[in-house]
Amino acid sequence: MAQYTLTTPLTSEDTKKLKAGDTVLLNGVIYTARDAAHKRLVELIEKGEELPFDIKGSVIYFVGPTPPKPGDPIGSAGPTTSYRMDSYSPTMLKHGSKGMIGKGKRSQEVKDACIKYDGIYFGATGGAGALLGKKITSAEVIAYPELGPEAVRKITVKDFPVTVINDTYGNDLYEMGRKEYEVK
Amino acid sequence: MREIEFDDIVKAVRDIIVHCGTDLPQDTYDALKEAMEKEKSPVSKEVIRQILENADIAKEEKRPLCQDTGLAVFFVKVGEDVKVKGGLLKDAINKGTEQGYKDAYLRASTCEPFSRANLKDTVGYNLPAIIHFDLVEGDKIDIEYAAKGGGSENVSRAKVFPPAAGKEGIINYVKEVISDAGGNPCPPITVGVGIGGTFEKAVISSKHALFRDIGSKNPDPELDEMEQTILEEINKLGIGAMGMGGTKTALAVHIEANPCHIASLPVSVNVQCHSSRHTHITI
Ligand code: SF4
Repeated sequence: MAQYTLTTPLTSEDTKKLKAGDTVLLNGVIYTARDAAHKRLVELIEKGEELPFDIKGSVIYFVGPTPPKPGDPIGSAGPTTSYRMDSYSPTMLKHGSKGMIGKGKRSQEVKDACIKYDGIYFGATGGAGALLGKKITSAEVIAYPELGPEAVRKITVKDFPVTVINDTYGNDLYEMGRKEYEVK
Repeated sequence: MREIEFDDIVKAVRDIIVHCGTDLPQDTYDALKEAMEKEKSPVSKEVIRQILENADIAKEEKRPLCQDTGLAVFFVKVGEDVKVKGGLLKDAINKGTEQGYKDAYLRASTCEPFSRANLKDTVGYNLPAIIHFDLVEGDKIDIEYAAKGGGSENVSRAKVFPPAAGKEGIINYVKEVISDAGGNPCPPITVGVGIGGTFEKAVISSKHALFRDIGSKNPDPELDEMEQTILEEINKLGIGAMGMGGTKTALAVHIEANPCHIASLPVSVNVQCHSSRHTHITI
């Protein structure tokens, strides 16, 4: 299992070298969106309208942070359960997004889209919201402020720790890890 | 008849909410530390290390442990010789909840079930709290509190078995629920199992079982043995911390059992994530 430090936007060259189980420290700009925002983003794509950010090479973080304390860019910000984004993620990947950060297993359609469009599904430690929030150095709501914690935010991260769950080769760390430690 | 001021209850509730939002209870912290030492998978070990580092940062800098600051759940035992002066006990708990969630910058996570609209501007900030009342002897009010996140609640399940299912049926059911849940409920988890009673009694018992301190023994030797058996079985599943594979999927299994109808055996499994924010006060 290798360790990498990567900066967004990600390219196919970046994502193809990653294997399930690798750890990555992510740097640069990423975008936050949960189910409600995904629904709107995918609707825009389907209508051929412009998205509130450049989707090419983008990494989407599934998170609904707590309100920031005065002086902080963001509050606690750990990943939410990803399956709620399963019906939207293949469209996002098809249009150039290269990475997703969340927690929990994904559907076969998402895994297939990772293979087809060189996408990566990263897992971050759920419940480590204080630790992960501190890796975010700036945050700005760029769309759907009325969604509150679910608004789309442009955030800058520094050495944000994630683990590759689904790679571009069809591997799945959840399945691999479980097989290795399961006692029958 | 002892009188307690409405505002004193509001303040006590506010204080425990603020405290629980940022301070992982010692029982959970210790259990996680032990799990990290015993975990065989390096990936899961690192995840638990991050969870502990997160708890240290949250406590030190007073940041919420997790961005899902949960729904506020209370089990309240009210002594029959207590009277709340200046308002209803229920209103005091809700008011304290709202103040605590606002003061500690916790997230308002309650919403209307269909429109999914956040209720903070209509009903109140993260209101209503979920409150289970019980009447007891004495002149005190005993409040158990937990912040219950969505990830672990979403994988919880209940079923009414025929009596013939017996202990084996229960053990298999709990294993099946946890196996299906995988990494979604943020393992290492605590598993609350409610057995017997009616359908809803089993569910409430499984919730209440999660309020017990990790590492405490079940006073009933038969249930204690069953807890150990289920814990071993769960940890054989290989799910590991955050589902990344490992030997420490659960920290503990807690069972509460009740007498039930001769025709039925209700079983409920309520899962608690590693961010087990709970506490207990007596006023
Ligand atoms: S399951 Fe628990 S630790 Fe995980 S995101 Fe929800 S509240 Fe946080």
